[in-house]
Amino acid sequence: MDNKKPVFEFKDIHVEVEGKEVVRGVSMKVYPGDVHAIMGPNGSGKSSLSNALMGHPLYKITKGEAYIDGKNLLEMSADERSRAGLFLAFQYPLAIPGVTVANFMRAALQAHRGKDADMSDFRKLFLAEMKALSIDKTFATRYLNDGFSGGEKKRVEILQMIMLQPKMALLDETDSGLDIDALKTVAEGINRYHNDENGVLLVTHYQRLLNYIKPDYVHVMFKGQLVKSGGPELALKLEEKGYDWIEQEVNQAAEVS
Amino acid sequence: MAESQSKNNSLAGLNEDYASKYGFHDPVDYFHKGVKGINHEVVEMISRMKKEPDWMKEIRHEALDIFFSKPTPDWGNTRLLGEIDYDNVYYFMKPIEEQQHDWDDVPEYIKKTFDRLGIPEAEKKFLGGVSAQYESEVVYHSMRDDLKKQGVIFLDMDSGLREHPDIVKKYFGSVIPATDNKFAALNTSVWSGGSFIYVPPGLDVKIPLQAYFRINAENMGQFERTLIIADKGSRVHYIEGCTAPIYSTDSLHSAVVELLALEDAYIRYTTIQNWSRNIYNLVTKRASAYKNATVEWVDGNIGSRLTMKYPCIQLLGEGARGEVLSVAFAGIDQHQDAGAKMIHAAPNTSSRITSKSISKDNGRASYRGLIKVHKHATNVKVSVECDALLIGEEARSDTYPTMEVDNDQVRVEHEARVSKVAEEQLFYLTSRGLTEDDARLLIVNGFMEPFTKELPMEYAVELNRLIELEMEGSIG
Repeated sequence: MDNKKPVFEFKDIHVEVEGKEVVRGVSMKVYPGDVHAIMGPNGSGKSSLSNALMGHPLYKITKGEAYIDGKNLLEMSADERSRAGLFLAFQYPLAIPGVTVANFMRAALQAHRGKDADMSDFRKLFLAEMKALSIDKTFATRYLNDGFSGGEKKRVEILQMIMLQPKMALLDETDSGLDIDALKTVAEGINRYHNDENGVLLVTHYQRLLNYIKPDYVHVMFKGQLVKSGGPELALKLEEKGYDWIEQEVNQAAEVS
Repeated sequence: MAESQSKNNSLAGLNEDYASKYGFHDPVDYFHKGVKGINHEVVEMISRMKKEPDWMKEIRHEALDIFFSKPTPDWGNTRLLGEIDYDNVYYFMKPIEEQQHDWDDVPEYIKKTFDRLGIPEAEKKFLGGVSAQYESEVVYHSMRDDLKKQGVIFLDMDSGLREHPDIVKKYFGSVIPATDNKFAALNTSVWSGGSFIYVPPGLDVKIPLQAYFRINAENMGQFERTLIIADKGSRVHYIEGCTAPIYSTDSLHSAVVELLALEDAYIRYTTIQNWSRNIYNLVTKRASAYKNATVEWVDGNIGSRLTMKYPCIQLLGEGARGEVLSVAFAGIDQHQDAGAKMIHAAPNTSSRITSKSISKDNGRASYRGLIKVHKHATNVKVSVECDALLIGEEARSDTYPTMEVDNDQVRVEHEARVSKVAEEQLFYLTSRGLTEDDARLLIVNGFMEPFTKELPMEYAVELNRLIELEMEGSIG
């Protein structure tokens, strides 16, 4: 790993939402081939961090640095971040009425490849990936996320991720609202995408997704900070004991200092 | 999805393209150029040149008096209406002596114009008949032989009057009398060109018939008159498109369109209005739908400085159905005051209005609608849906819905929504790599999709292209 450069890293990131600081100095390095997971209770700042890194206008990064593939992320607009290789699978993907999944997907892929790039392979790729994710092919002509169930939305997020082949994928609560079959399909999709050259960061409240996708590192986020890091065993401990002990540890540490 | 091109300020970008694509004008030596201004002599001259029967001439003179006596509407955009200088308009120009039926016989400069607009190509590809009006008269007209043999009549209105005076006399002004409004009166007095269509009973005209209206000269007023009669159980789809050159002074387009859908008949009337931004587009469109008949107005307004147009359907027979699907795009300095009227005058009738508008920069889009349900019109279903999309802080949208319901056996659904291109939606699309301009265009095209999917493919493509130009470099 020593001779490798991180595919994605951020240092001392602070995020504000409507004037309130919700992320208070977090750092991480993701090397190619790594899977990281950020776990934490609701409201700990996990989603704010991923939205801010993607460039959401409501989540303002007030301090820190971030690099995708060595390039300065914070100088880029959201579309540039995407084209530089960052992807965020949203917790609540929005509906875009009137825009079909196929047209949207084609436009997005074209934006990544360049406007004069050949797209003749699009249809085949698209249909094959839909099939692999058990998405009915009628979804190609449905309007993006319009009237989709929670599970359908998540599958379509994964579909987008696989089609765009980002260098770094952030997955925000991708497991929420999924039944066990859908969870397996989505996890298979993530595993199919993941390889030695890209990185994955799973943001999740529960451990169950981690039964299907093995993380190399697990971090715990609490009150806007990463308070604990470890291997997969940390996720199991959280599953078993909940988040209370983390809170106690944090409070004790605060008293000691 | 096409990439947006220049990022100049949108007006400059738009004008550049409109100028090359539609905004050019031909320097022409007309057969009859006419004089500016409106009076009984002008009306007499028009009627004489057309060698019309006396009854039509009388209708014209009466209508002119009505025009003079009626006040300008005190609603809509009264400021712009007040700026119309009726004395500075040419009411009649005849570019060539004889109408042609072969593109090769049309004078080169006019043929070139329609070539640039893609009309002959469209005719070959997917139309059953074409009528091309240049200034006051239809200069080219043709219809497929098989339709002719089946008894379909598709003529310009002047020829219609000459060849089928009985039908014209029976129906002309029966749906929209000259007394209806000031502009209908003006049209009735100086009308020229337009389409006359009659579809025999039971016949389904499977491919669309199209008319294209072109204003070329500065200060030219265009007053076409269209009458479509679909006899019992017949079906027809008619499409009209319009463009004009860009001049610094304003021109007037004031059409009257009357449709009659007899028992069990079906008429769809599609308009893509893309007049240059110096045109006042003041049009009266109304249909009568008899027992179990269906009329659909599919109405797209992209161009003009001011449009005031409210396609109407009078549901006169039991079981009749009416639909208006309209979209308006109001860009810089434009006001699209459009809407629909549904008059339920018989039981078991139903209507649906879907109005979509996009206002951008300082553009203004108004929905003005009337639903009227007569006392004896029981078991009526009405649905109205208005959707407005605002782009930019100065953009404006208004709705003026009126309901006059005189009985209680009516089911009315009314929905009105105004939305801004949402930051969240933009973020979602840009996070997938689309530029902000492309993302906004995709959202706008999606917003219009219920409309564009009703258009023949060629028109949908053209409409999307127009919207793309309008959206270039917009500030969200």
